[in-house]
Amino acid sequence: MSEQAEKKYAAYICTGCGIGDRLDAGELEQTASRDGRMNVVKQHEMLCSQDGVQMIRNDIDKEGVNHAVIVGCSRRAKVEAFAFNDIAMTRCNIREGVIWARPDTEEAKETTQEMANDYIRMSCAEIKQMNKPSPSGQQGRNPNVLVVGGGITGMTAAIEAAEAGYSVHLVEKSSALGGHVARLHKRVPFKAAPVGTPNSPDANLPMPEDTGIGDIIAAVEGNDNIKVYLNSTVTKTSGAPGRFSVDISTESGDTITENIGSIVQATGFKLYDPENLPEFNYAGSPDIITNLELEELANAAGDGPIKRPSDGKEVTSVLFVQDVGQNSSDEGRLPYDSGIGDLVSIKQALYFKHHNGDGCDATICYDNLRTPGAPGEDFYRSGQRNGVIFTKSEVKEVVPGDSITVKMHDKILDEDAEVKVDLVVLDLGMVPNSGPDPYAANEALEGMSDEDRAEELEAQEAHAADETSVKVESILNLDYRQGTDLPHLKHGFTDSHFICFPYETRRTGIYAAGPVRRPMDMKQAMDDATGAAMKAIQEIENAAQGRAAHPRVGDLSYPTFRKEGCTQCKRCTVECPFGAIDEDEERYPQYNEARCRRCGTCMGACPVRVISFENYSVNTVGAQIKECDIPEEWDEKPRILVLACENDAYPALDQAAISGEEISPWARVIPVRCLGSTSLSWVTDALNNGFDGIIMMGCKRGDDYQCHFVRGSTMAAERMAKVGDTLETLNLEPERVVVHEVAITDIERAPALIKEMEETIEKVGLSPFKF
Amino acid sequence: MSELNKAMIEQYRNSFLSEVEANVEEGEWVKMCMQCGVCSGSCPLGKHWAHPPQEIFMMIRAGKREEVLTSDSMWMCTSCYNCIVRCPRQLPITHIMHGLATYAKKLGLTPKNQPTAKFAEIFWNNMMKKGRVNELKLGLSLYFKDGFGPGIKEALRNKDLGMKMMKAKRMAAGEFFGGHGVKDVSGLQKMIKKAQELEDARMKKFDEPEASQDG
Ligand code: SF4
Ligand code: SF4
Ligand code: SF4
Ligand code: SF4
Repeated sequence: MSEQAEKKYAAYICTGCGIGDRLDAGELEQTASRDGRMNVVKQHEMLCSQDGVQMIRNDIDKEGVNHAVIVGCSRRAKVEAFAFNDIAMTRCNIREGVIWARPDTEEAKETTQEMANDYIRMSCAEIKQMNKPSPSGQQGRNPNVLVVGGGITGMTAAIEAAEAGYSVHLVEKSSALGGHVARLHKRVPFKAAPVGTPNSPDANLPMPEDTGIGDIIAAVEGNDNIKVYLNSTVTKTSGAPGRFSVDISTESGDTITENIGSIVQATGFKLYDPENLPEFNYAGSPDIITNLELEELANAAGDGPIKRPSDGKEVTSVLFVQDVGQNSSDEGRLPYDSGIGDLVSIKQALYFKHHNGDGCDATICYDNLRTPGAPGEDFYRSGQRNGVIFTKSEVKEVVPGDSITVKMHDKILDEDAEVKVDLVVLDLGMVPNSGPDPYAANEALEGMSDEDRAEELEAQEAHAADETSVKVESILNLDYRQGTDLPHLKHGFTDSHFICFPYETRRTGIYAAGPVRRPMDMKQAMDDATGAAMKAIQEIENAAQGRAAHPRVGDLSYPTFRKEGCTQCKRCTVECPFGAIDEDEERYPQYNEARCRRCGTCMGACPVRVISFENYSVNTVGAQIKECDIPEEWDEKPRILVLACENDAYPALDQAAISGEEISPWARVIPVRCLGSTSLSWVTDALNNGFDGIIMMGCKRGDDYQCHFVRGSTMAAERMAKVGDTLETLNLEPERVVVHEVAITDIERAPALIKEMEETIEKVGLSPFKF
Repeated sequence: MSELNKAMIEQYRNSFLSEVEANVEEGEWVKMCMQCGVCSGSCPLGKHWAHPPQEIFMMIRAGKREEVLTSDSMWMCTSCYNCIVRCPRQLPITHIMHGLATYAKKLGLTPKNQPTAKFAEIFWNNMMKKGRVNELKLGLSLYFKDGFGPGIKEALRNKDLGMKMMKAKRMAAGEFFGGHGVKDVSGLQKMIKKAQELEDARMKKFDEPEASQDG
């Protein structure tokens, strides 16, 4: 809003949903106007109705109301009805937060009313600190998508984006499009057998299909919206979504600079190196081959039988060893399973049944047979139907020779066996083609003793200095302060959460798709590519309007810092989970709006508290803490401050109230964007104000984190580890401040944690800071 | 497992599986088993057998020809159909069990003195005589299957039951002499003989040592 416009504050109190029956609405109104000093205070019997919404709309349009508190249900309810984006607005939760959280009894009446009054006071204080968010205008609409990787994933993403009207720059490192799929003989079928297909041994079941890669390559090459760069790499990426500047080094040695809106990284995978697995003797015989090499053998066979590499003899028996070097806890092997190897081996076993005839035996030695995807089970049956032998077994050793001997242990019959075959195929795992992890060095240090830390640092430096050591090549060459490439999630995969946020990485506007983010097959990769293309498009449009991307989609606020106060400590640039902040020439933080997810972690990190959003700041929360009414000590009414993550803990508390769980009448819950945005000063302020206990509820952190902002809750926990000093200076008991991991499903546990604090306070006594 | 089979049969190859497919009733279903173990878990008797159904099917795929065909496990199946009802792959397990038993019998691999096998034989011979089962003679031959002494003991033990059956006209003492039969016994016998010839001709030969060697 413009500086000159007069601020006009209004509070709208809903008396529907039983609020009017349980609470004294007149008193609420009084609280809003007298304590909250609102210019306009109105009641409505059903604020979310058309009539109620219209009442507010009229006040905004005709009466100049530009700051509003909606007093009624939780901010998680009726979001569409109360979408007043042209003003500063907050929600005061007295439905889930108060009347539904408290029993409807005579004894509870007084404390319930106090709770509601308090929440109104707090929201009125908050709105005074808020401004209408407006985007920075740092970037405009740029309809160009950069796709890195010309395999099936990259090509599919390119086609999807191009067909939606965006122009695509497709960069491929090698000399041809197609990637691994171009090397395949056939693909795993895309469709399951028709519904109703019987279970009999002669049912018509799906068989390997042509890959169709030629058509896809032709579609890419023939699309005017797609520009293909072969033999090319990305040598520099700077800027932010909507205004990326990307250098592409091309075949001819030239560098072309393109302006890009958003990026899809589809750099695929490579096979795990079989030389690392001595027991399978890959190097020992040309007849022990990888699953990709078999594709080439099948291609070479033409219409005739597949022949073995050593002597060209027609293969009469082949054995597939599943999961080699996968699911292993041994150093240097893959701790995960690519999950699709069984489908691949069934497909390849069927090559032999087709090319070499039913007389050719094909045996698959699996441990856990997994056939994901819609046609998976039917394809398994298809393999069985065609006489592929499946045996749950552990292959111990593959011994080269004229025929290859496979020593294995049958896990069903629990006995050892030796099988002699012409050809052995190793099902190798998929290793992602990720760039170097910007956080690898830091993460290696986590949880180490000081001594080990020093040693590790030394080793890292030595490795970096050693010119002969293998270094992972950068893919995006991001010109970001926090590293050149996308952070890894686990095992080197470029992702930010395997389940919750597909395609999202920890760099806004850059999406990962295909096997670079988790192992997957062709069909999954194509679906993935479509999803990532959608994300890329969405981000182009969001960035154009200055709107945030996932998870605060549409948020127009963004953080700024007060330069005069900044000490250049760099905490914000380091702690931002999304690498949104660079440094300018004067070494001040440089915010990139479109890279920011609006989590507020930087705000919580800043020791001098100079970072704020228009509608969320140290002051918006600080004011609520200050305005909460602290009863005198002799009233014996403790106050517990709950700072609850608005993504998980806050809805858990809402849900608790909805399900009839009681929440302590002493609790005052303030939602925070992420626990990572929590400022230590809120804790200090609350303690000084006379709060008896403080509970911080954030998401699960660590490897299987649930934090919507990936590292926010981790950063908060680290920061809060220092809260002990504050407590010590104030001479307060350490148990007064606790941090809990709360999941959205913790609907019984969340209120119980507050109850626990109530008991703690009973034990240690009320805070001496009540004046 | 005999030394011969250990050396000859190719394990985890299609040799024995193909034989079962060709010669065992419903044998073509064996390859469709997904080794879930539901049948073995559902079988009221399986845990007392050397090899419950799931294991038998895996042994077939592993090429354990002799072990499977000389096993008495499939003879123990009571046709309760628990397994069939539960098999997620809808294998006709009961029928395969009986098919394997029949095939083993045909090859002469049935374990000596396997009681179910013995009973089946007695039943068959009894029926083939007249084209009708003679309960009295069937009962008696069953009692005396292990010799005269044990037969008398067994008959005495069951005498009350026998008397009741006679009273209820479920069994007639006169049956001991000749007994009832179908009209054209020799016609029936010819028909069965022809059917057996046809079936034998259809059987693929797998039981010669050479055939076992390369499947
Ligand atoms: S920490 Fe969060 S709010 Fe701050 S710049 Fe990074 S993404 Fe944006
Ligand atoms: S954390 Fe605060 S003081 Fe430190 S660099 Fe960032 S804005 Fe400046
Ligand atoms: S239940 Fe069916 S599929 Fe499962 S092990 Fe038995 S026969 Fe095989
Ligand atoms: S039918 Fe035979 S094999 Fe199947 S459960 Fe019954 S006894 Fe066991």
